Amino acid sequence: MKVLVAVKRVIDYNVKVRVKPDNTGVDLANVKMAMNPFCEIAVEEAVRLKEKGVASEIVVVSIGPKACQEQIRTALALGADRGIHIETDEEVQSLEAAKLLKSVVEKEEPKLVILGKQSIDSDNNQTGQMLAALTGMGQGTFASEVVVEGEKVNVTREVDGGLMTVALNLPAVVTTDLRLNEPRYASLPNIMKAKKKPLDAMTPADLGVELAPRLSTLKVEAPASRQAGVKVADVAELVDKLKNEAKVI
Amino acid sequence: MSILVIAEHDNSELKQATLNVVAAAKAIGGDIDVLVAGENCGAVGEAAAKAEGVNKVLVADNAAYGHFLGENLGELVAEVGKGYSHILAAAGTTGKDFMPRVAALLDVAQVSDIMRVESEDTFVRPIYAGNAIATVKSADSIKVITVRPTAFDPVAGEGGSASVEQLDVVKDAGLSTFVGEELAKSDRPDLGSAGIVVSGGRGMQNGDNFKMLEQVADLMGAAVGASRAAVDAGFVPNDMQVGQTGKIVAPQLYIAVGISGAIQHLAGMSDSKVIVAINKDEEAPIFQVADYGLVADLFEAVPQLEEELKKVL
Repeated sequence: MKVLVAVKRVIDYNVKVRVKPDNTGVDLANVKMAMNPFCEIAVEEAVRLKEKGVASEIVVVSIGPKACQEQIRTALALGADRGIHIETDEEVQSLEAAKLLKSVVEKEEPKLVILGKQSIDSDNNQTGQMLAALTGMGQGTFASEVVVEGEKVNVTREVDGGLMTVALNLPAVVTTDLRLNEPRYASLPNIMKAKKKPLDAMTPADLGVELAPRLSTLKVEAPASRQAGVKVADVAELVDKLKNEAKVI
Repeated sequence: MSILVIAEHDNSELKQATLNVVAAAKAIGGDIDVLVAGENCGAVGEAAAKAEGVNKVLVADNAAYGHFLGENLGELVAEVGKGYSHILAAAGTTGKDFMPRVAALLDVAQVSDIMRVESEDTFVRPIYAGNAIATVKSADSIKVITVRPTAFDPVAGEGGSASVEQLDVVKDAGLSTFVGEELAKSDRPDLGSAGIVVSGGRGMQNGDNFKMLEQVADLMGAAVGASRAAVDAGFVPNDMQVGQTGKIVAPQLYIAVGISGAIQHLAGMSDSKVIVAINKDEEAPIFQVADYGLVADLFEAVPQLEEELKKVL
């Protein structure tokens, strides 16, 4: 079966985020970018499904500026077969991303679509569920285990208070949580091979989707910082302060 | 304006997060209705009717909603919610699952995890794991919003007298079925709503050592949490994780034991009223946010803490 994986280019998770002095956003100039960590887990899961003989072809798609092709090439080096780049320099919000992915789903007809549960920049946690709703598919969100059995996929989900398993009819959407797998690193020969794998570029207009953002960001600020308090000498002093100064016990 | 709040519950009890979300709805202003969708959830509907500020409770009681499957809830909430100006739910794993479906079915954007209401169409939310705070304005006619419960003080759970109305809207999308669940059983308070949280990090060295924290927690009626490092090391299960990728907590007192204070952990607990850090590394970043820091070996300090607490509690 064909698996479609969506990946997003974001600021590298190791980079300390700095808010721009004019409060219009986060400073991305000369900042290291990388594939969103939850998307890496999505690619890894697809590759493992292929290694198990469950998936036959992995198509990876990314939306954004030209530079997104780096992340598509990374996914191809990790084991995806083919890439699709939907190129735009505009801001793409979750609903629009879901509409773009819907048109890719209609063209490619994958049995399974795997996405990260959220991107570490906008932290929305929306696109997978929106895509599932727009395409009329079931969704296994925050997955920690994915088992394909015939025309169904069983997804174990990380929910508040524990784990929950659902069975979804295929085709379905799965969004990944952290403990689904540990992504591998691409080997040098595979990075070289990935350069020759096919990568189609298209625009939102080619897919018949008009970008019309509904949300506008009025300002972005640094969070209020907490001040360091005092050091206490021992446990007795700590308990005394908690009881008599902070009055929280 | 009219606001629909989707209740968070387990078919028998209304979760406190619902009261936090009603508080967010009050900050927006307008009539507030609460939708309770579940199976055999009549008691939840009664409880919701007592919440302060609620106008009407709608109960959709059907097997299709018993396990809160996102596909079914999405269709139900989109149908019931289309007559409202705002649809709000707690940003827990249930709300995060079905609300984007609602938004997509209504062809509107969703504003996720809001921490503050600026006006009826403008909201404040964290981005980049809380390292930046965005003020976002929605141009949609229906605002679909998930709310960070700990960012709003709950309304009173008693004293209200809303009417309760049964809905016979049954939406079974037929896309998914419930297979099973493994929920952690605990007599301790829920991590997300506990007044005191005691958390352990990689410094705990193994899962057995968390018993020390549990003893301290039980003395104070506290919940026990953990850092992602402790979860990734396999000491404790993931549902104990406090942080951007786990639970966001804001208790009166947060005691961090053997936790260095990675950014992703701080994003989950830095709204706590009082923070205590116990760590042997004087340079640990956790001390930069702690109101009271104790530089000590936790294996000596935690048993001492238990003894001292026994004296005063």
